[in-house]
Parts: sequence; structure tokens; C-alpha cells
Amino acid sequence: MANQSGKVHGLLARFESPGALLEAAKKINAAGYKKFDSHSPFPIHGMDEAMRLKRSPIGWIAGLLALCGGAGLLALQWWSSSVEYPLVISGKPFFSFQAYVPVTFAGAVLCAAFAATFGMLMINQLPRLHHPVFFSDNFNATDDGFFISIEAGDPDFDKDKTAAFLKSIGCVEVEVLQG
Amino acid sequence: MKWDSTTYRLTDRGRFLMIAIVISIVGVAASVAAFFINREQFFFSWLTSFLFWFSLAAGGLFFVMLHHLVGATWSVVIRRLAEAVMSVLPFLGIAFIPLLFGMHDLYHWSHADVVAQDELLQWKSGYLNTTFFVIRAVVYFAVWTLLTFLLRKTSLAQDAGHTPELEARFRKISAPGMVAFALTLTLASFDWLMSLDPHWYSTIFGVYVFAGAVVAVLAFLILAVIMMQKRGVLTEAVTIEHYHDLGKLLFAFMIFWAYMAFSQYFLIWYGNIPEETLWFLHRWTGSWKTVSLVLVFGHFVIPFFIFITRGAKRNKSFLSIFVIWMLLIHWVDLYWVVMPTLHPHGVHFSWIDMAPMLAIGGAFLARFWYTLGAQPLVPVGDPRLEKSIKIVN
Repeated sequence: MANQSGKVHGLLARFESPGALLEAAKKINAAGYKKFDSHSPFPIHGMDEAMRLKRSPIGWIAGLLALCGGAGLLALQWWSSSVEYPLVISGKPFFSFQAYVPVTFAGAVLCAAFAATFGMLMINQLPRLHHPVFFSDNFNATDDGFFISIEAGDPDFDKDKTAAFLKSIGCVEVEVLQG
Repeated sequence: MKWDSTTYRLTDRGRFLMIAIVISIVGVAASVAAFFINREQFFFSWLTSFLFWFSLAAGGLFFVMLHHLVGATWSVVIRRLAEAVMSVLPFLGIAFIPLLFGMHDLYHWSHADVVAQDELLQWKSGYLNTTFFVIRAVVYFAVWTLLTFLLRKTSLAQDAGHTPELEARFRKISAPGMVAFALTLTLASFDWLMSLDPHWYSTIFGVYVFAGAVVAVLAFLILAVIMMQKRGVLTEAVTIEHYHDLGKLLFAFMIFWAYMAFSQYFLIWYGNIPEETLWFLHRWTGSWKTVSLVLVFGHFVIPFFIFITRGAKRNKSFLSIFVIWMLLIHWVDLYWVVMPTLHPHGVHFSWIDMAPMLAIGGAFLARFWYTLGAQPLVPVGDPRLEKSIKIVN
């Protein structure tokens, strides 16, 4: 354990199984907590619904950026081959949209992929060097642990009451995240 | 139509069967009349209709083989429907027979006097000649019949009890089956569609036809499930998640169709070689230009934007309209490929176009329905069935 006297960041509760974690998430939701997260070694079906997570906006971000990227590359091709340096290629008109489709399409796909990747990182507030849950030495959520963390920033958060509540819904152990 | 939830079989299915058979008989009668009224138009209409229903059945065969090859879980509950679509394939051989008699009207290259004056056709005559054409058609149908028979036989054997050998057998049929399917479908579309304009060639053409076929079969499967669920059948087995999955595949293959259609057009446009561009020029003449634009927007652009959202794929009432539209536009696609050969100056729609649609369509639905009722509606022996019912996207 690192600094025991530091600020309280939240509570970390360990559960026995994925099923227990799912049930706990539902109960924590019902109790009115908003700022909590679950940690498990693998995705658990139904967890999004149990935590009442909203649908990710990533599809809209990727779609919008794809449209922008496609439009931008189409404009670049139009400008370079019909305005800035008009050149007759095999007798076709300066603005031959057919010839621009592959680049426009590939550009839209590229922009969508970048938007999805970096948008995902942004929404998840990544990259970051530290997170309060790493204060715990028992945080083995990448191995065999199933955890729920409740942040101290939640309006309903009270170190002792919340800890008692977590115990009452069947967690194996509760740890205070400090430092 | 009712469904017995203990045996998973359809009961009381005679009425639909009767309706389908009556439609087919009416269609056959109308087709015979059409044959005597306007023989050339009749054969072109028969070809379009044949290809429409054939593409559904071929798509069904593809769907079943793909299901087994990738070891899919989600599609287990609708496998029987795809198998029933596939089971029509051997019977479509009967619907193909009239085309053999119509070869002279349909295919330019079957005229000896035309070939004698056309050097290009003389070079192609080793492949494009009536004898080899018939032999190839027989081989295609033999391959498809064999695949259909083996897959159905294994599937029915599974109902009695699953063994790992059956799982292996499914894959042993499907893996070489997929290769055989790709080759036969490509060559069949060359033979039946591309050779309508014997000077024209496009190596991607088979994939284009294939993409349209898969779009059509997915639309058909969605429609069939919706119609059955409205009458209380399969309501517990097929959930909104399966619609979502089918919708996603439909969306993907719709884009694939557009990709192939554009790739075909793009290379020909760039190359600008007269005997290649002529095919597109015919389809940009007169009212065919409108049909071309309807295809671009109706088969790709508009469906792309309205079907891209998750909500659209999970809304049954929207889906039922959307898939009917996709089936309709698939027919327009085939019409657009076939008919400019007969009516080069513009669209000439005739009642004769509809007669074979009813004749083959009624028989198609009757066979589909008969097969569907002859066995449990879901593959009861499949070990992944329960997992398939509970699937979540």
C-alpha cells in the first residue's frame, strides 16, 4: 500500500464471479450511483444494460469524419485537376468524378478508421499514466478478478456508507482507494 | 399456418401451398399465351424471371455453406429457412429448360450465319456454341443439386442426433462446395447473362451477379421470418438480434454489390475500348438512363444512408418495407442487365414480364414451403441451437 493518508478517490469492491458482478452493477444502479465502473478480464454480455451505459457516440464520430474526409479529398482532386493544373487525360473531362471515386472512398475509410481509433481513446480519456484503481495492490482485473469501483466524486458517495452498501450486495472485499 | 411447439414442425400449411401452386399454374398459363403472342419477348422475360428466383436459391446455397464453414452460431435458428430456399435449386433446372428452346431468340451467337460473318464470334465459338452451352448448364445444375442434396441429407441426419462426424461432414461438403459454387456461378452468369451481348466481356461480372444474389436471399429470409412471426411461428426462436445480424449482412452485401458494380463500370470507363463501353452505352440510351440512375440511387445510395443505423436494422416494420424494396430493386437490376439486348432504345415494359415471374415464383414458393414443412423448423439436433436463440449482438 502506498500513501495511506492521501485523499480518498473512491472504493474498490471485488466480486466472486461475472454473474455476481452483473447483479452488483444492477443494484448499484438502482441505488442511484452514477460514477462507477466495472472491471473484468473479459467482456460480460449484458453489462452495458446492467450499468445503464448510453450507446457510444463513436459511430457518429466516425461517420461524420468519413463524410468530411471524403468531401475533402474529392475537393482536392477537383481543385488540382480542373482549377490549379487542368490536364486532359485520355480525352476525358477535367472533372471526371469516376476517376476520383477510389481516392474519395479510400480517404473516407481512412478518416473513419482514424476517427474511430482516436475518438475511442478520447472518449475513454486515454492515454493516461495513472488511474486511482491502480492504487490497489490486489487489482487483478486482467487476470481473474471482477471489480466495481465507485468514485468519490459521486454525489451519493460516503466512504463508510458506500462501503457498507457494497458489502450488503455481496462483494468479497472492499478497499479504499487513496493516494 | 400453425406451428407445433413440441415437434417444431409447421402444421396446417396446406393453404399457402395451394395459393402458391395456383399462382404458378396461372403464371404458366399466361406464359404459354405470351409465348404465342410474342415469342422473343417471352424468352427474355422468362430469362429475367428465372434469374431472379435462381439468384435467391443460389444465395441460399451460399448462405448455408458459409454458415457451416465459419461455424456460425447466430444463424442456426434460421438455417432451416436458408436450406429450404436452397432446396429449390435442383427444381429450377426445370424452369431452365424453356431457355434451351429459346436460345435462338436470346443468344446472338447461336446463329450460324451471324457467326460466319463475325470474326470475334468465330474466335469465341469454341466456348460459345450450343452443344457446350447445354453441357455446361447440365454440369452447373448437377453440381448444385449434389451440394444441395448432401447438405440437406446431413442436416436431416443431425435431427436424429448430433455427432462430431456430422459437424465435420458439413465442412467437408461446404469447403470444396464453396469453390465449386464460385466457379459454377461465375460461368453460369457468363453463359446466361453476359453472352446476351457476345462481344462484351467483363471478368468481374460473376461476382456482380453473386453480390446481388446474396442481397436478395438475405432480404427474402428477413421477409420470410417477418411473415411467419406475424402468424405466431418462430416467435421465440428468432429474436430482434437475428434480424439485426441479417440486416448487417444485407447492408454489407449491398455495399459489396455497389463496389462490384462500380469496379466493373470504372475499368471500362477508364479503358474506353469500344466493344466494352458499348454495353454501358446501351444502358445509358433513352429511358435506360433513368433505370441506371434508379439502380445507383435505389440499390445503393439511398439504402446506404437509411439502413446504416442500428435502429433501422432492429425495426421490424421498417425492415419489412425495406426488404421488399431490395427484392424489387434486385429484379430491376436483372431487368437492366437482360432487357437492353431486346429493347436497345428504351425501357419497354410488358405484361409478359410478369407471367414467368408468377410461373416460376409460385413454384419456387411452393417448393420452399413444402421443404420447410417437411422437417422441424429449426435444426433441433444442432448443439449450438440454444446458444443461437440466446445470442446478443
